[in-house]
Order: sequence, then C-alpha cells, then structure tokens
Amino acid sequence: MGVELSTTRLEDAAKWAKQSLLERGVNWGRKFSLFTYPFVTACCGMEFMSAAAPKYDLARFGAEFPRFSPRQSDLLMIVGTITEKQGPALKRVYDQMTEPKWVIAFGVCASTGGFYQNYHAMPGADQVIPVDVYIPGCPPRPEQVLDALILLQKRIAEGRGHSQLRDKREQLAVAASDE
Amino acid sequence: MSQKVLDALLAKHGGAVVHTESVHGDEVAWIARDHLLAVATWLRDEPTMAFDSPVFVTCIDRLDWRPVGLPPSAAWTEERPRFEVCYQLRSSTHRHRVRLKIAVTEKDPHLPSLTGLWSGFNWQERETFDMYGIRFEGHPDLRRIYLYEEFVGYPLRKDYPKDKRQPLVRRDDLPVNPIRKS
Repeated sequence: MGVELSTTRLEDAAKWAKQSLLERGVNWGRKFSLFTYPFVTACCGMEFMSAAAPKYDLARFGAEFPRFSPRQSDLLMIVGTITEKQGPALKRVYDQMTEPKWVIAFGVCASTGGFYQNYHAMPGADQVIPVDVYIPGCPPRPEQVLDALILLQKRIAEGRGHSQLRDKREQLAVAASDE
Repeated sequence: MSQKVLDALLAKHGGAVVHTESVHGDEVAWIARDHLLAVATWLRDEPTMAFDSPVFVTCIDRLDWRPVGLPPSAAWTEERPRFEVCYQLRSSTHRHRVRLKIAVTEKDPHLPSLTGLWSGFNWQERETFDMYGIRFEGHPDLRRIYLYEEFVGYPLRKDYPKDKRQPLVRRDDLPVNPIRKS
C-alpha cells in the first residue's frame, strides 16, 4: 500500500470531522509538543540554528526543545545532504525514534539531492525513510521553515502524519482479519 | 622559479626523467615509474633538495582529453598512458617546489607508494586509490577511504556513469515518482 501523498481540502475536513473526540484532543496536544531531533549533516545546519534561535524562534510553535537522542524525540529534521554511505545511519536513527513520529526534509539536498546528482549523494532522504514535509531552498528562508512546521502541525491535527496513517492502516488490517 | 631543481634532477637522474616542463610557474618532471622511488628518496635526503613537505598526490584521467590546438590524434590512445599520477613536493628550508608526474597505463595501473618516505601521503594515496583505482605498491593500508567497502568501480574515472547509484539501503515501500513514471 502506497503512502497517501495528497488530499483535497474537503477530504481533509471530512477526515478531521471523522476523528473521535479523544483522537482530536490527543492530536491537538501532539502538534504543540514536537521534540526535534536535528540530523544536521551540512551547511543548512547554520540556517536551522538561526531558525531555532530567538530571532525566528521555532519555539513559538511548540517545537522548542531539540533533543540529541532519537529516543527522546518525535520530529526528525533532516538538515543537509544525505550520502549513500549515511543511509543506514539515517534509517537507524529513524527506527529508534518514538512513535508516532514525523519527518521534515530541510533544504533541497535532503529533499531531492539538490545539485549533487552523482555517485555519492542520495537523491532525497525519502529513498530511505518516509518524509512528511519537504522544504525547498538552498538554504530555505526561516519563513519557509516556519511555514513547513505550521503545515506539519495541521497534518498532525488531522491525523495525516505518515506514522499516524500507518497506524490507522494497521488497525484497519487487524480489524479486517478479525471479521 | 625552481628551475634549478629540474637541472639538478636531470644532472643526477637523467635516465629516470622522461620529460620536463614548466606550467604556470610550477616545474614538472615526468618520471619513469620504475625509478620513482629512487628519485623521491634522493629528493628527500639530498641536503640541497630537502623536500620535507608532501603537498598533495592526485591522479588525472585523460580519457576524453582533447588538447587545444592539437589534432585529435594527440589524445589518449590504448598505447599512450591514460592516467597520470601527480605528486607535489615542497621544501620548507630552500622554499622551492617540484611536481612529479608518472604515466600509468589503464591495463596495469600501479606505481610504488611514497608513503614510506612522506607519511603525509598515506591518506591521499588511499583517496587516489578510492577514486581512480590506482594501486600503490608497498602502501601500508591500501583500502577505500571515503566510499564504503561494497562500492564497485572507481567514481572519478571519466567512464564511470554520471547517474549510477550504488545504494546501501532503500525503502521497501518507495512511492512511485509521478514525473519519472510518465
């Protein structure tokens, strides 16, 4: 089963309305307490620092506490170029994170490989792990980062993060096998 | 600038020097592969030379080399060596420098390692091996330095395909790219 890539606004609203009151409450809480794991590999890291620092202040949106252990975090920020050699490490970090988890690809290199179209660079981090939101730009403006974070919060509230969707699919599969 | 180095080299090791030239202020001596170790040892130990600083070692792949102003027949062929390995040396006492070039054929790309003389060449020779597949005979630890052990081929050779990937890990539920599909 492929990952759901895009839906219309009406479908989103219908999905949000279909959630139970408890789910809505839990997801509302989740969207304001993101614990970031910055997987910083390259120059975009400087831009991430400025976006996280007081001037642009990611903390306004509840993502204020970067954790440097994947076991204590639920938002993976892939900041910078991912090489083929780094793929297993990235997958391992992702696997160690707590469920439910979300992933943001920060900058073109993490999204598509950027201008590194050659033997060593991975053409996008989504070759190894699922990615929720892509931020273009080399490097992206801090406003784009904030925009992506708000977009991710909207998805979390609607229950459309990739791990949330995966959970739901698994629940449906279990329910179908029980019948 | 360092013409006297070339003159001394020619006087002492005339049989080992294939050709000398001066490019953009750098003196270049083409050395026969079998004499490289003797020439390099002399350059390091001779007091008037005293090359104590290994600057870099790299390789040039002349597969698609088309010299400007020369006919296409001047380009690389099967008989003419495809790779040139390039050692840059510098002396901090005499403040002169020299570049040694060694022609290496495609079929048998090996030459003696200079790591025993200047240990600074250790990792750079490994890098040259990693990227071009040049085997340095006598190197203490000749294995890939940047790439992973599973990598096949040598990526900076000009005939390595530009868009070839050798992934270590991939998702099993990779979504189909709608642009690539159509």
